Amino acid sequence: MTIATADTLVRVRALRFAFGPRTIYDGIDLDIARGKVTAILGPSGTGKTTLLRLIGGQWKPDAGSIEFDGIDVHQQSRNALFALRKRMGLLFQSGALLTDLTVFENVAFPLREHTRLPESMIRDLVFMKLEAVGLRGAANLFPEQISGGMARRVALARAIALEPDMVMYDEPFTGQDPISMGVLIRLIRGLNQALGLTSVIVSHDVVEVLSISDYAYVVSGGKVLDHGTPEAIRASKSPLVQQFLNGEADGPVAFHYKSAKTYADDLMAARA
Amino acid sequence: MSFLSPLTDSLRGLGRASLFLLTIIATIPGAFLRPRLIVQQLYSVGVLSLIIIVISGSFIGMVLALQGYRTLVNFGAASSLGVLVALSIVRELGPVVTALLFAGRAGSALAAEIGLMKATDQLSGMEMMAVDPIKRVIAPRFIAGLIAMPLLASIFSMMAIGVAGGHAIGVELLGVDDGSYWSQINQAMHGRDIADMLIKATVFGLAISWIAVYQGYHAAPTSEGVSRATTSTVVVSSLAILALDFVLTAFMFH
Repeated sequence: MTIATADTLVRVRALRFAFGPRTIYDGIDLDIARGKVTAILGPSGTGKTTLLRLIGGQWKPDAGSIEFDGIDVHQQSRNALFALRKRMGLLFQSGALLTDLTVFENVAFPLREHTRLPESMIRDLVFMKLEAVGLRGAANLFPEQISGGMARRVALARAIALEPDMVMYDEPFTGQDPISMGVLIRLIRGLNQALGLTSVIVSHDVVEVLSISDYAYVVSGGKVLDHGTPEAIRASKSPLVQQFLNGEADGPVAFHYKSAKTYADDLMAARA
Repeated sequence: MSFLSPLTDSLRGLGRASLFLLTIIATIPGAFLRPRLIVQQLYSVGVLSLIIIVISGSFIGMVLALQGYRTLVNFGAASSLGVLVALSIVRELGPVVTALLFAGRAGSALAAEIGLMKATDQLSGMEMMAVDPIKRVIAPRFIAGLIAMPLLASIFSMMAIGVAGGHAIGVELLGVDDGSYWSQINQAMHGRDIADMLIKATVFGLAISWIAVYQGYHAAPTSEGVSRATTSTVVVSSLAILALDFVLTAFMFH
């Protein structure tokens, strides 16, 4: 059911994960193809962000495995895991910029932490990354002085500072105005091609994400509902996928939250 | 055995906090390779606490001198005022009051800062950039607290005994002889007293820094969680300081 090939960068097999009694993933298989943009779509609360944290090794699955470039992420020592993380960037929804550092220093942060490059080279690299996201002019500003969309672009510049193999985007378009959204869409696709990256986008902004993806998975209720090229997803026969794609209020995902009592019972209870 | 659960919860918390302390201690040698980070934190927990320490030290010295003079003068021992002020400050009030102020000023700020960094994914972000937040964020703050406390307690004591504190009230205002004030201090106070003060201050510094970074790092990532961490830091630190002071005093002056 997956597209496993030698060109698979991330291989997720029989992944199970639960928060206490709540099952988030109930044995899912996923393949992230090298050099492609893969979308992971699904309603809010389905654990899409959790998946990124599992891939990044921040959380451990209850069962199953996640391999990054053939290496099992959760069987590594702390040092080996950190070495692996240098090859993947994660763009948090909030940007997660360090608030006590300027935009320039935020992008320089991973370079200063992991390399012994001379200051002049760090400066050049940071300006190159900032130029790529169009924010060279904002180098001296602090995170509180820039907009949410700009913060995500800075975080993107920081995520690509160490030239990773893969960048994971957690809800990159949420809360963005149409212009910032357009900028981010162009950047994600553009950087994927220019840097030969592998990109994983977790999102519920269906139209935007499908427009730049090579492959997509639709996840809900702990399962993969459907997967395929954007065209295949749009033509999916799954009622749930169709409800999700078309934004219908009622369908397999019910409009009404489950209640133990009927509507009439609740209304009459006060009169009893 | 549900009536035991508060006890087991506290023990579990203490165990977690102890493991956390061991993790921090393991990263300390590495943290000293980046002295700039420690100096930055020394400024933030030490230098920025100076004003409150200097002012409080002066006032406590002044009050001690006023109260001490009233009692001593009845026995014709007003010239011993310096000893009374100096020993009270160096043995007890200096380290204890400095620690209480430090917990309120620097400990709470540390917990809030770390808690907010967690709530805004900054710590997670660091981890994903393969940077250990314990080494990069927690250890420098912990070390700075440990270094700052004995220095602040010394400054507090100097302010309380001399300059604008006990000396100003006793000698300048109440007319105690300047020479007796200092010479009696010189005779009564020994190096041991100062060493004990520095030991107390260091132990309090360790307790406050440990509690503050633990509370911040383990705060729930919400505004309520950060506020609870800040409050707990001040409450737990204050109680720990007073309890530790009793234990240390019992050992030092038995």
